[in-house]
Amino acid sequence: MLSDRRVTLFCGHYGSGKTNISVNYALYLKNNGKEVDIADMDIVNPYFRTKDSEELLNTAGIRLISPRFANSNVDLPALPQELYGLFERRERCAVLDIGGDDRGAYALGRFTPFILEENDYNNLYVVNFYRPLTMTAADAFEVMKEIEAAGRIPFTGIVNNSNLGEETAAETVEKSAAAAAELSALSGVPVVMTSVKSDIAGDVRLENVFPLRLQAKYYS
Amino acid sequence: MAEKVLMKGNEAIAEAAIRAGCLHYFGYPITPQTELAAYMAKRMPKIEGGVFLQAESEIAAINMVYGVASTGKRVMTSSSSPGVSLKQEGISYIAGADLPALIVNVQRGGPGLGGIQPSQSDYFQATKGGGHGDYHLIVLTPASVQEMADLTGLAFDLADKYRMPAMLLADGTMGQMMEPVELPETAPEMIEKPWAVTGTKMQRKHNIINSLYLVPEELEKTNFERYERYAQVEKNEVRYEEYMMDDAEICVVAFGIAARVSRNAVVEARKQGIKAGLIRPITIWPFPKEAIAKAATHCKEIISVELSMGQMIEDIALASECRVPVTLCNRAGGMIPSPDQVFDSIKKAAGGNK
Repeated sequence: MLSDRRVTLFCGHYGSGKTNISVNYALYLKNNGKEVDIADMDIVNPYFRTKDSEELLNTAGIRLISPRFANSNVDLPALPQELYGLFERRERCAVLDIGGDDRGAYALGRFTPFILEENDYNNLYVVNFYRPLTMTAADAFEVMKEIEAAGRIPFTGIVNNSNLGEETAAETVEKSAAAAAELSALSGVPVVMTSVKSDIAGDVRLENVFPLRLQAKYYS
Repeated sequence: MAEKVLMKGNEAIAEAAIRAGCLHYFGYPITPQTELAAYMAKRMPKIEGGVFLQAESEIAAINMVYGVASTGKRVMTSSSSPGVSLKQEGISYIAGADLPALIVNVQRGGPGLGGIQPSQSDYFQATKGGGHGDYHLIVLTPASVQEMADLTGLAFDLADKYRMPAMLLADGTMGQMMEPVELPETAPEMIEKPWAVTGTKMQRKHNIINSLYLVPEELEKTNFERYERYAQVEKNEVRYEEYMMDDAEICVVAFGIAARVSRNAVVEARKQGIKAGLIRPITIWPFPKEAIAKAATHCKEIISVELSMGQMIEDIALASECRVPVTLCNRAGGMIPSPDQVFDSIKKAAGGNK
């Protein structure tokens, strides 16, 4: 599953799970001996950001680049200048958490020339087939094309992150494999991993299962 | 059984509204409810007769709701606290014209522009007027994404039944959190609306939608008649949930996200041998007065847990007729009480260590 590409981008529909996967993927790279920077490039959603995992990332020795006002009451869609450094320090891996839908991917456009010029990237499309607007391969493909048009970087892989939150069972994930395969056939882009919350990841009978550690909450 | 989907609270309201037959949405974006408008913008154009319109302001949006409601069609708007303040004039007109409509408030911290984090500090505004004049809204308070969907359908039904606007009073956490939800698969039952402005076709007397009365006696009469209807709502439509209340000595009252936090605290208290229970109002107008009054007969203290400086606490004090102390456990300005904070309040009420 470990890719030898230096830059990994996670794009997808709003609420598909990009941030969780980005954080887990950055930790995974770090555990495999890479030096990693992670960038919070979400200009759409002021909540549920990479910055929520700041402490976890700091402890792991992963550098987090996030908008200055992320997680404050300032709902300001501006990106920090430090992002340019990601494309200059080519000895380090970069994980880019892009905002949801095409609207989120517009923020990527500014950096597209750098990414294409270096040509050492994976652009991954995260999809959850239990989200109401991407419940079929056809609907998910439509969103995929919109994002590609906005970000102007071709997708190289699909991450199947199908889940029902806490109610996710191994069967929930397995049932989504057919839709993921159909999306792959429609788009010509391979399914590179299926991400599953860590407590049931071992039970899922699919290839390339990527276990996810989720953030805790304190209400039930 | 319908298949489950994973939704944000805001999206669940939007989808549930469409399934409840609401094909007209007017709004203006504001965090933390923007996903609701965004979802409508995506879905409505794909539905026959569906209208999504981003108005030039909240005031315009609520007046568009007033217009569509006059025709008897199901219609809604949504916003967050500062935006809902702007809508108050229109809400009063809609109430004054006896029209059903749904207004969603996904509350954020205030007053003023406040912040974008969750809050429950629009309780007074929602239950005590907000706009001018003698009127009420039916106010429903969801505590899960599933309830965001379920109460949306219910709000439309009740609004139609009693010819009055209903409000879904959620908070930022409810709007933003994602949970599995099951949506209704069957079309709702719609009641006849003989009062609606639909064109007479020269077949009947024309209907008039209006809130202006030139003769004070007439205006007084409409007020008295409206309050007879409100009395029916208070009699028939109170909704709440009780948890471990049968033998409770400490009663916690909380709605929305505060109820979910409080429930954990009640569980912890029971583990430690403290007889705590929870009343979760689902309607805050009409308020579950009888449940509170009953709790006051066997509890030695009632704790109101709120994401505000203490607003529901006044309704609790009234309903309990101050027979037992009513205390406040709160955070404000976008902060949420922790289960530990609520548990500490329960422990204190129980008398220190036990």
